[in-house]
Amino acid sequence: MNEIIGVLSFGTEGWGDELLQGAWLTIQLAVCAMLLGLVLGTLLAAGKLSGFKPLSWLCNGYTLLLRGIPEFLVILYVYFSADSIINAVLGYLVTDTEYQLPKFLAAVIGLGMVFAVYACEIVRGAFLAVPLGQIESANAIGMSHIQVLTRITFPQMIRFSIPALGNLWLIVLKDTSLAAVIALDELLRISKVAGETESAQLTFLLCAAAIYLLVTMISDVVRSIFERRAMRGVVGI
Amino acid sequence: MYLDLKYRLSDAVCSVSTLPNIESISSYCGRYIDGFIVTIELMLTTCLCGFILAIGIVAARVGKVAPLRWLAYIFSYVFRGTPLLVQLWVFYYGIGGLGAETLGPLWVFFSSAWAVGFLVLTLNHSAYASEILRGGIVNIDRGNADAAYTIGMSKIQALRRILLPQALRISWPAYGNELVLVLKGSALISTISVMDLMGQTRTIFARNYDLNAYAVAAILYLFLAGTISFFIYCVERRLNKPYR
Repeated sequence: MNEIIGVLSFGTEGWGDELLQGAWLTIQLAVCAMLLGLVLGTLLAAGKLSGFKPLSWLCNGYTLLLRGIPEFLVILYVYFSADSIINAVLGYLVTDTEYQLPKFLAAVIGLGMVFAVYACEIVRGAFLAVPLGQIESANAIGMSHIQVLTRITFPQMIRFSIPALGNLWLIVLKDTSLAAVIALDELLRISKVAGETESAQLTFLLCAAAIYLLVTMISDVVRSIFERRAMRGVVGI
Repeated sequence: MYLDLKYRLSDAVCSVSTLPNIESISSYCGRYIDGFIVTIELMLTTCLCGFILAIGIVAARVGKVAPLRWLAYIFSYVFRGTPLLVQLWVFYYGIGGLGAETLGPLWVFFSSAWAVGFLVLTLNHSAYASEILRGGIVNIDRGNADAAYTIGMSKIQALRRILLPQALRISWPAYGNELVLVLKGSALISTISVMDLMGQTRTIFARNYDLNAYAVAAILYLFLAGTISFFIYCVERRLNKPYR
Protein backbone atom coordinates (compact mmCIF):
# COMPACT_ATOMS: atom_id res chain seq x y z
CA MET A 1 0.00 0.00 0.00
CA ASN A 2 2.80 2.37 0.94
CA GLU A 3 4.39 1.73 -2.41
CA ILE A 4 1.29 2.90 -4.23
CA ILE A 5 1.08 6.12 -2.26
CA GLY A 6 4.81 6.58 -2.83
CA VAL A 7 4.61 6.58 -6.62
CA LEU A 8 1.52 8.78 -6.62
CA SER A 9 2.94 11.34 -4.18
CA PHE A 10 3.81 14.89 -5.14
CA GLY A 11 7.34 16.18 -5.49
CA THR A 12 10.36 14.63 -7.13
CA GLU A 13 9.79 11.04 -6.06
CA GLY A 14 6.16 10.62 -7.03
CA TRP A 15 4.17 11.23 -10.18
CA GLY A 16 1.30 13.11 -8.50
CA ASP A 17 2.14 16.56 -9.86
CA GLU A 18 2.91 15.20 -13.32
CA LEU A 19 -0.47 13.52 -13.41
CA LEU A 20 -2.19 16.75 -12.40
CA GLN A 21 -0.30 18.63 -15.10
CA GLY A 22 -1.47 16.02 -17.59
CA ALA A 23 -5.04 16.42 -16.39
CA TRP A 24 -4.74 20.20 -16.78
CA LEU A 25 -3.47 19.77 -20.35
CA THR A 26 -6.37 17.42 -21.04
CA ILE A 27 -8.83 20.05 -19.89
CA GLN A 28 -7.10 22.77 -21.93
CA LEU A 29 -7.21 20.49 -24.96
CA ALA A 30 -10.90 19.74 -24.42
CA VAL A 31 -11.79 23.42 -24.04
CA CYS A 32 -9.87 24.44 -27.18
CA ALA A 33 -11.29 21.56 -29.22
CA MET A 34 -14.80 22.34 -28.00
CA LEU A 35 -14.46 26.04 -28.90
CA LEU A 36 -13.06 25.26 -32.35
CA GLY A 37 -15.81 22.67 -32.83
CA LEU A 38 -18.47 25.19 -31.86
CA VAL A 39 -17.14 27.85 -34.22
CA LEU A 40 -16.79 25.43 -37.14
CA GLY A 41 -20.13 23.85 -36.24
CA THR A 42 -21.92 27.19 -36.25
CA LEU A 43 -20.42 27.96 -39.67
CA LEU A 44 -21.51 24.52 -40.91
CA ALA A 45 -25.02 25.04 -39.54
CA ALA A 46 -25.20 28.46 -41.18
CA GLY A 47 -24.07 26.87 -44.42
CA LYS A 48 -26.69 24.15 -44.17
CA LEU A 49 -29.47 26.60 -43.34
CA SER A 50 -28.50 29.06 -46.04
CA GLY A 51 -30.56 29.04 -49.19
CA PHE A 52 -27.44 28.77 -51.36
CA LYS A 53 -27.60 25.18 -52.59
CA PRO A 54 -23.93 24.41 -53.40
CA LEU A 55 -22.92 25.65 -49.95
CA SER A 56 -25.44 23.47 -48.16
CA TRP A 57 -24.37 20.48 -50.29
CA LEU A 58 -20.78 21.12 -49.34
CA CYS A 59 -21.66 21.27 -45.64
CA ASN A 60 -23.79 18.14 -45.88
CA GLY A 61 -20.96 16.35 -47.63
CA TYR A 62 -18.52 17.34 -44.91
CA THR A 63 -20.94 16.08 -42.25
CA LEU A 64 -21.45 12.77 -44.04
CA LEU A 65 -17.72 12.27 -44.47
CA LEU A 66 -16.68 13.06 -40.91
CA ARG A 67 -19.52 10.99 -39.44
CA GLY A 68 -18.26 7.75 -40.91
CA ILE A 69 -14.52 8.13 -40.35
CA PRO A 70 -13.08 7.23 -36.93
CA GLU A 71 -11.87 10.21 -34.89
CA PHE A 72 -8.62 8.37 -34.43
CA LEU A 73 -7.99 8.32 -38.18
CA VAL A 74 -8.84 12.02 -38.50
CA ILE A 75 -6.40 12.98 -35.77
CA LEU A 76 -3.60 10.88 -37.23
CA TYR A 77 -4.29 12.27 -40.69
CA VAL A 78 -4.22 15.85 -39.47
CA TYR A 79 -1.09 15.19 -37.47
CA PHE A 80 0.81 13.66 -40.36
CA SER A 81 -0.52 15.80 -43.18
CA ALA A 82 -0.54 19.24 -41.55
CA ASP A 83 3.24 19.58 -41.58
CA SER A 84 3.62 18.84 -45.25
CA ILE A 85 0.74 21.14 -46.18
CA ILE A 86 2.05 24.02 -44.08
CA ASN A 87 5.59 23.52 -45.31
CA ALA A 88 4.43 23.41 -48.92
CA VAL A 89 2.57 26.71 -48.47
CA LEU A 90 5.46 28.27 -46.57
CA GLY A 91 7.95 27.07 -49.14
CA TYR A 92 5.86 28.61 -51.88
CA LEU A 93 5.44 31.91 -50.04
CA VAL A 94 8.76 32.54 -48.39
CA THR A 95 11.64 30.15 -48.20
CA ASP A 96 12.27 26.53 -47.42
CA THR A 97 11.58 26.42 -43.72
CA GLU A 98 10.94 23.33 -41.71
CA TYR A 99 7.92 24.29 -39.69
CA GLN A 100 6.44 21.67 -37.45
CA LEU A 101 2.88 22.00 -36.22
CA PRO A 102 2.80 21.65 -32.44
CA LYS A 103 1.14 18.41 -31.36
CA PHE A 104 -1.30 20.35 -29.23
CA LEU A 105 -2.52 22.32 -32.23
CA ALA A 106 -2.74 19.19 -34.37
CA ALA A 107 -4.87 17.49 -31.73
CA VAL A 108 -7.10 20.56 -31.35
CA ILE A 109 -7.63 20.82 -35.11
CA GLY A 110 -8.35 17.11 -35.48
CA LEU A 111 -10.78 16.97 -32.59
CA GLY A 112 -12.37 20.29 -33.59
CA MET A 113 -12.97 19.04 -37.13
CA VAL A 114 -14.75 15.95 -35.81
CA PHE A 115 -16.84 17.73 -33.21
CA ALA A 116 -17.85 20.49 -35.60
CA VAL A 117 -20.17 17.91 -37.13
CA TYR A 118 -21.87 17.18 -33.81
CA ALA A 119 -21.99 20.86 -32.85
CA CYS A 120 -23.48 21.68 -36.24
CA GLU A 121 -26.46 19.40 -35.62
CA ILE A 122 -26.95 20.90 -32.14
CA VAL A 123 -26.85 24.49 -33.38
CA ARG A 124 -29.12 23.68 -36.30
CA GLY A 125 -31.61 21.89 -34.07
CA ALA A 126 -31.65 24.77 -31.59
CA PHE A 127 -32.15 27.30 -34.37
CA LEU A 128 -35.06 25.38 -35.84
CA ALA A 129 -36.60 24.90 -32.37
CA VAL A 130 -37.30 28.63 -31.98
CA PRO A 131 -40.99 29.01 -32.92
CA LEU A 132 -41.50 30.81 -36.22
CA GLY A 133 -44.34 32.84 -34.70
CA GLN A 134 -41.95 34.62 -32.37
CA ILE A 135 -39.67 35.64 -35.21
CA GLU A 136 -42.65 36.87 -37.21
CA SER A 137 -43.92 38.89 -34.24
CA ALA A 138 -40.47 40.38 -33.74
CA ASN A 139 -40.39 41.37 -37.40
CA ALA A 140 -43.91 42.74 -37.11
CA ILE A 141 -43.02 45.13 -34.30
CA GLY A 142 -40.20 46.47 -36.42
CA MET A 143 -37.03 44.71 -35.23
CA SER A 144 -34.22 44.42 -37.75
CA HIS A 145 -32.77 41.03 -38.69
CA ILE A 146 -29.81 41.57 -36.39
CA GLN A 147 -32.09 42.55 -33.53
CA VAL A 148 -34.24 39.45 -34.04
CA LEU A 149 -31.14 37.32 -33.99
CA THR A 150 -29.59 38.84 -30.86
CA ARG A 151 -32.77 39.38 -28.86
CA ILE A 152 -35.11 36.57 -29.83
CA THR A 153 -33.33 33.69 -31.54
CA PHE A 154 -29.96 33.61 -29.87
CA PRO A 155 -30.99 33.69 -26.19
CA GLN A 156 -33.43 30.87 -26.76
CA MET A 157 -30.95 28.83 -28.77
CA ILE A 158 -28.70 28.79 -25.72
CA ARG A 159 -31.49 27.35 -23.61
CA PHE A 160 -32.38 24.70 -26.17
CA SER A 161 -28.83 23.58 -26.76
CA ILE A 162 -27.43 23.36 -23.22
CA PRO A 163 -28.28 19.68 -22.56
CA ALA A 164 -26.83 18.59 -25.91
CA LEU A 165 -23.76 20.80 -25.50
CA GLY A 166 -23.17 19.27 -22.08
CA ASN A 167 -23.20 15.83 -23.70
CA LEU A 168 -20.83 17.01 -26.40
CA TRP A 169 -18.44 18.37 -23.78
CA LEU A 170 -18.31 14.94 -22.14
CA ILE A 171 -17.59 13.26 -25.49
CA VAL A 172 -14.86 15.79 -26.32
CA LEU A 173 -13.32 15.36 -22.89
CA LYS A 174 -13.12 11.61 -23.30
CA ASP A 175 -11.84 11.75 -26.85
CA THR A 176 -8.93 14.02 -25.91
CA SER A 177 -7.33 10.78 -24.72
CA LEU A 178 -6.72 10.00 -28.42
CA ALA A 179 -4.02 12.66 -28.36
CA ALA A 180 -1.93 10.23 -26.31
CA VAL A 181 -1.36 8.28 -29.52
CA ILE A 182 0.37 11.24 -31.18
CA ALA A 183 2.54 11.47 -28.04
CA LEU A 184 1.03 14.63 -26.60
CA ASP A 185 1.73 14.60 -22.88
CA GLU A 186 -1.84 14.67 -21.64
CA LEU A 187 -3.25 12.66 -18.77
CA LEU A 188 -3.38 9.26 -20.45
CA ARG A 189 0.11 9.39 -21.91
CA ILE A 190 1.63 10.63 -18.66
CA SER A 191 -0.03 7.72 -16.86
CA LYS A 192 1.25 5.27 -19.45
CA VAL A 193 4.80 6.58 -19.25
CA ALA A 194 4.68 6.67 -15.45
CA GLY A 195 3.31 3.14 -15.33
CA GLU A 196 6.07 1.89 -17.60
CA THR A 197 8.77 3.65 -15.60
CA GLU A 198 7.53 2.42 -12.22
CA SER A 199 6.39 -0.92 -13.67
CA ALA A 200 2.99 -0.38 -12.09
CA GLN A 201 0.84 0.11 -15.17
CA LEU A 202 -2.42 -0.96 -13.59
CA THR A 203 -2.10 1.54 -10.73
CA PHE A 204 -1.40 4.49 -12.98
CA LEU A 205 -3.95 3.64 -15.66
CA LEU A 206 -6.65 3.13 -13.03
CA CYS A 207 -5.58 6.45 -11.55
CA ALA A 208 -6.05 8.10 -14.95
CA ALA A 209 -9.46 6.46 -15.29
CA ALA A 210 -10.43 7.79 -11.86
CA ILE A 211 -9.39 11.34 -12.80
CA TYR A 212 -11.39 11.16 -16.03
CA LEU A 213 -14.38 9.89 -14.06
CA LEU A 214 -14.02 12.70 -11.52
CA VAL A 215 -13.92 15.37 -14.23
CA THR A 216 -16.96 13.77 -15.85
CA MET A 217 -18.86 13.86 -12.56
CA ILE A 218 -18.00 17.52 -11.94
CA SER A 219 -19.03 18.35 -15.51
CA ASP A 220 -22.36 16.65 -14.92
CA VAL A 221 -23.03 18.78 -11.86
CA VAL A 222 -22.02 21.98 -13.64
CA ARG A 223 -24.25 21.10 -16.55
CA SER A 224 -27.29 20.62 -14.34
CA ILE A 225 -26.62 23.99 -12.68
CA PHE A 226 -26.43 25.68 -16.08
CA GLU A 227 -29.54 23.87 -17.21
CA ARG A 228 -31.51 25.08 -14.21
CA ARG A 229 -30.24 28.60 -14.73
CA ALA A 230 -31.19 28.58 -18.38
CA MET A 231 -34.66 27.29 -17.56
CA ARG A 232 -35.42 30.10 -15.10
CA GLY A 233 -38.35 32.16 -16.24
CA VAL A 234 -39.75 29.28 -18.29
CA VAL A 235 -43.19 28.20 -17.17
CA GLY A 236 -42.82 24.86 -15.44
CA ILE A 237 -43.40 21.66 -17.34
CA MET B 1 -10.86 -23.79 -42.33
CA TYR B 2 -12.23 -20.32 -41.61
CA LEU B 3 -8.74 -18.90 -41.86
CA ASP B 4 -8.33 -20.53 -45.26
CA LEU B 5 -11.55 -18.95 -46.38
CA LYS B 6 -10.36 -15.54 -45.24
CA TYR B 7 -7.08 -15.79 -47.11
CA ARG B 8 -8.77 -17.02 -50.23
CA LEU B 9 -11.23 -14.14 -50.04
CA SER B 10 -8.52 -11.53 -49.71
CA ASP B 11 -6.55 -13.10 -52.58
CA ALA B 12 -9.64 -13.10 -54.77
CA VAL B 13 -10.48 -9.49 -54.02
CA CYS B 14 -6.93 -8.32 -54.60
CA SER B 15 -6.56 -10.17 -57.88
CA VAL B 16 -9.53 -8.37 -59.41
CA SER B 17 -9.29 -5.01 -57.66
CA THR B 18 -7.99 -2.13 -59.72
CA LEU B 19 -8.93 0.36 -57.06
CA PRO B 20 -5.82 2.34 -56.17
CA ASN B 21 -3.55 3.01 -59.09
CA ILE B 22 -0.82 4.18 -56.80
CA GLU B 23 2.00 1.67 -56.72
CA SER B 24 2.81 2.23 -53.04
CA ILE B 25 -0.75 1.42 -51.99
CA SER B 26 -1.85 -1.34 -54.30
CA SER B 27 0.91 -3.68 -53.17
CA TYR B 28 -0.67 -3.65 -49.70
CA CYS B 29 -4.12 -4.70 -50.87
CA GLY B 30 -3.94 -7.97 -48.95
CA ARG B 31 -3.25 -6.14 -45.71
CA TYR B 32 -6.25 -3.86 -46.18
CA ILE B 33 -8.57 -6.78 -46.83
CA ASP B 34 -7.24 -8.70 -43.81
CA GLY B 35 -7.74 -5.68 -41.58
CA PHE B 36 -11.16 -5.04 -43.07
CA ILE B 37 -12.23 -8.59 -42.20
CA VAL B 38 -10.89 -8.30 -38.64
CA THR B 39 -12.83 -5.05 -38.15
CA ILE B 40 -16.03 -6.68 -39.42
CA GLU B 41 -15.49 -9.71 -37.15
CA LEU B 42 -15.05 -7.43 -34.16
CA MET B 43 -18.08 -5.32 -35.09
CA LEU B 44 -20.38 -8.32 -35.42
CA THR B 45 -19.26 -10.14 -32.27
CA THR B 46 -19.18 -6.96 -30.20
CA CYS B 47 -22.62 -5.81 -31.26
CA LEU B 48 -24.18 -9.22 -30.70
CA CYS B 49 -22.64 -9.90 -27.29
CA GLY B 50 -22.94 -6.27 -26.22
CA PHE B 51 -26.62 -6.22 -27.04
CA ILE B 52 -27.32 -9.39 -25.06
CA LEU B 53 -25.34 -8.03 -22.12
CA ALA B 54 -27.17 -4.71 -22.39
CA ILE B 55 -30.53 -6.47 -22.03
CA GLY B 56 -29.27 -8.09 -18.84
CA ILE B 57 -28.12 -4.72 -17.51
CA VAL B 58 -31.43 -3.10 -18.35
CA ALA B 59 -33.27 -5.93 -16.59
CA ALA B 60 -31.08 -5.34 -13.53
CA ARG B 61 -31.63 -1.59 -13.62
CA VAL B 62 -35.41 -1.68 -13.82
CA GLY B 63 -35.64 -4.74 -11.52
CA LYS B 64 -36.51 -4.99 -7.85
CA VAL B 65 -33.20 -6.25 -6.41
CA ALA B 66 -31.51 -3.14 -5.03
CA PRO B 67 -27.85 -4.32 -5.03
CA LEU B 68 -28.17 -5.46 -8.65
CA ARG B 69 -29.70 -2.10 -9.55
CA TRP B 70 -26.78 -0.22 -7.99
CA LEU B 71 -24.24 -2.51 -9.59
CA ALA B 72 -25.75 -2.03 -13.02
CA TYR B 73 -25.86 1.74 -12.47
CA ILE B 74 -22.24 1.91 -11.35
CA PHE B 75 -21.13 -0.31 -14.23
CA SER B 76 -22.78 1.85 -16.86
CA TYR B 77 -21.67 5.08 -15.18
CA VAL B 78 -18.03 4.06 -15.01
CA PHE B 79 -17.91 2.74 -18.56
CA ARG B 80 -19.64 5.83 -19.93
CA GLY B 81 -17.59 8.20 -17.82
CA THR B 82 -14.12 7.07 -18.89
CA PRO B 83 -12.58 7.11 -22.37
CA LEU B 84 -12.63 3.90 -24.37
CA LEU B 85 -8.88 4.19 -24.91
CA VAL B 86 -8.28 4.27 -21.14
CA GLN B 87 -10.46 1.19 -20.68
CA LEU B 88 -8.55 -0.65 -23.40
CA TRP B 89 -5.21 0.23 -21.87
CA VAL B 90 -6.34 -0.62 -18.32
CA PHE B 91 -7.39 -4.08 -19.44
CA TYR B 92 -4.53 -4.82 -21.83
CA TYR B 93 -1.49 -3.04 -20.38
CA GLY B 94 -2.83 -2.79 -16.82
CA ILE B 95 -4.39 -6.15 -16.04
CA GLY B 96 -2.60 -7.99 -18.85
CA GLY B 97 0.68 -6.45 -17.71
CA LEU B 98 0.45 -8.20 -14.35
CA GLY B 99 2.00 -11.19 -16.05
CA ALA B 100 1.40 -14.90 -16.32
CA GLU B 101 2.22 -15.73 -12.68
CA THR B 102 -0.24 -13.31 -11.12
CA LEU B 103 -3.06 -13.94 -13.54
CA GLY B 104 -2.86 -17.73 -13.52
CA PRO B 105 -5.42 -19.34 -15.80
CA LEU B 106 -6.73 -15.92 -16.83
CA TRP B 107 -3.46 -15.35 -18.67
CA VAL B 108 -4.69 -17.36 -21.64
CA PHE B 109 -7.36 -14.72 -22.13
CA PHE B 110 -5.38 -11.58 -21.31
CA SER B 111 -2.40 -12.50 -23.44
CA SER B 112 -4.57 -12.23 -26.55
CA ALA B 113 -4.97 -8.65 -27.71
CA TRP B 114 -7.98 -9.56 -29.82
CA ALA B 115 -9.79 -11.14 -26.86
CA VAL B 116 -9.10 -8.16 -24.59
CA GLY B 117 -10.17 -5.72 -27.30
CA PHE B 118 -13.33 -7.69 -27.85
CA LEU B 119 -14.09 -7.78 -24.11
CA VAL B 120 -13.58 -4.05 -23.61
CA LEU B 121 -15.54 -3.06 -26.71
CA THR B 122 -18.39 -5.35 -25.62
CA LEU B 123 -18.50 -3.94 -22.09
CA ASN B 124 -18.32 -0.38 -23.40
CA HIS B 125 -21.01 -0.97 -26.00
CA SER B 126 -23.31 -2.66 -23.50
CA ALA B 127 -22.99 0.28 -21.10
CA TYR B 128 -24.10 2.75 -23.76
CA ALA B 129 -26.71 0.43 -25.26
CA SER B 130 -28.27 -0.28 -21.87
CA GLU B 131 -28.66 3.45 -21.27
CA ILE B 132 -30.34 3.86 -24.65
CA LEU B 133 -32.67 0.90 -24.10
CA ARG B 134 -33.52 2.10 -20.60
CA GLY B 135 -34.45 5.47 -22.05
CA GLY B 136 -36.81 3.62 -24.37
CA ILE B 137 -38.41 1.67 -21.53
CA VAL B 138 -38.88 4.77 -19.39
CA ASN B 139 -40.67 6.43 -22.27
CA ILE B 140 -43.24 3.67 -22.69
CA ASP B 141 -46.66 4.53 -21.32
CA ARG B 142 -46.87 3.26 -17.74
CA GLY B 143 -50.24 1.62 -18.49
CA ASN B 144 -48.52 -1.00 -20.65
CA ALA B 145 -46.57 -2.42 -17.75
CA ASP B 146 -49.54 -2.20 -15.37
CA ALA B 147 -51.76 -4.03 -17.84
CA ALA B 148 -49.13 -6.74 -18.30
CA TYR B 149 -48.85 -7.29 -14.53
CA THR B 150 -52.64 -7.24 -14.15
CA ILE B 151 -53.13 -10.14 -16.53
CA GLY B 152 -50.59 -12.05 -14.46
CA MET B 153 -47.29 -11.66 -16.31
CA SER B 154 -44.15 -11.81 -14.22
CA LYS B 155 -41.65 -8.96 -14.34
CA ILE B 156 -39.46 -10.89 -16.77
CA GLN B 157 -42.38 -11.82 -18.99
CA ALA B 158 -43.58 -8.23 -19.12
CA LEU B 159 -40.08 -7.09 -19.98
CA ARG B 160 -39.61 -9.64 -22.72
CA ARG B 161 -43.04 -9.51 -24.31
CA ILE B 162 -44.30 -5.99 -23.74
CA LEU B 163 -41.61 -3.54 -22.72
CA LEU B 164 -38.44 -4.51 -24.61
CA PRO B 165 -40.03 -4.79 -28.08
CA GLN B 166 -41.52 -1.34 -27.69
CA ALA B 167 -38.37 0.07 -26.13
CA LEU B 168 -36.39 -1.25 -29.07
CA ARG B 169 -38.69 0.51 -31.51
CA ILE B 170 -38.46 3.82 -29.66
CA SER B 171 -34.73 3.72 -29.15
CA TRP B 172 -33.70 2.16 -32.46
CA PRO B 173 -32.47 5.39 -34.11
CA ALA B 174 -30.30 6.18 -31.09
CA TYR B 175 -29.09 2.59 -31.01
CA GLY B 176 -28.19 2.84 -34.68
CA ASN B 177 -26.03 5.87 -33.94
CA GLU B 178 -24.32 3.89 -31.23
CA LEU B 179 -23.53 1.10 -33.72
CA VAL B 180 -21.66 3.60 -35.91
CA LEU B 181 -19.83 4.80 -32.80
CA VAL B 182 -18.78 1.20 -32.09
CA LEU B 183 -17.32 1.00 -35.58
CA LYS B 184 -15.39 4.23 -35.03
CA GLY B 185 -14.33 3.13 -31.56
CA SER B 186 -13.11 -0.21 -32.85
CA ALA B 187 -10.31 1.67 -34.63
CA LEU B 188 -8.77 2.25 -31.21
CA ILE B 189 -7.95 -1.41 -30.67
CA SER B 190 -5.06 -0.95 -33.06
CA THR B 191 -3.33 0.74 -30.10
CA ILE B 192 -3.22 -2.59 -28.28
CA SER B 193 -1.65 -4.23 -31.32
CA VAL B 194 -4.70 -5.84 -32.86
CA MET B 195 -4.31 -5.81 -36.64
CA ASP B 196 -7.70 -4.44 -37.58
CA LEU B 197 -8.21 -2.08 -40.51
CA MET B 198 -6.66 0.80 -38.60
CA GLY B 199 -3.77 -1.34 -37.36
CA GLN B 200 -2.93 -2.51 -40.87
CA THR B 201 -3.21 1.04 -42.16
CA ARG B 202 -0.78 2.32 -39.56
CA THR B 203 1.65 -0.45 -40.47
CA ILE B 204 1.37 0.43 -44.15
CA PHE B 205 1.90 4.10 -43.38
CA ALA B 206 4.91 3.28 -41.26
CA ARG B 207 6.42 1.47 -44.24
CA ASN B 208 5.77 3.79 -47.17
CA TYR B 209 5.05 7.09 -45.42
CA ASP B 210 2.34 7.80 -47.97
CA LEU B 211 -0.69 9.65 -46.60
CA ASN B 212 -2.91 7.99 -49.20
CA ALA B 213 -2.72 4.93 -46.96
CA TYR B 214 -5.05 6.73 -44.55
CA ALA B 215 -7.29 7.95 -47.35
CA VAL B 216 -7.90 4.35 -48.48
CA ALA B 217 -8.73 3.36 -44.89
CA ALA B 218 -11.11 6.32 -44.64
CA ILE B 219 -12.96 5.14 -47.73
CA LEU B 220 -13.24 1.61 -46.33
CA TYR B 221 -14.52 2.95 -42.99
CA LEU B 222 -17.04 5.15 -44.82
CA PHE B 223 -18.21 2.12 -46.73
CA LEU B 224 -18.73 0.19 -43.48
CA ALA B 225 -20.50 3.12 -41.83
CA GLY B 226 -22.75 3.46 -44.87
CA THR B 227 -23.61 -0.23 -44.74
CA ILE B 228 -24.50 0.05 -41.05
CA SER B 229 -26.64 3.12 -41.71
CA PHE B 230 -28.47 1.28 -44.48
CA PHE B 231 -29.07 -1.69 -42.17
CA ILE B 232 -30.41 0.65 -39.47
CA TYR B 233 -32.72 2.29 -41.98
CA CYS B 234 -34.10 -1.08 -43.16
CA VAL B 235 -34.76 -2.30 -39.61
CA GLU B 236 -36.32 1.03 -38.69
CA ARG B 237 -38.79 0.73 -41.55
CA ARG B 238 -39.62 -2.80 -40.52
CA LEU B 239 -40.11 -1.82 -36.85
CA ASN B 240 -42.41 1.06 -37.75
CA LYS B 241 -44.49 -0.92 -40.20
CA PRO B 242 -47.48 -1.56 -37.89
CA TYR B 243 -47.58 2.10 -36.87
CA ARG B 244 -47.92 3.69 -40.27
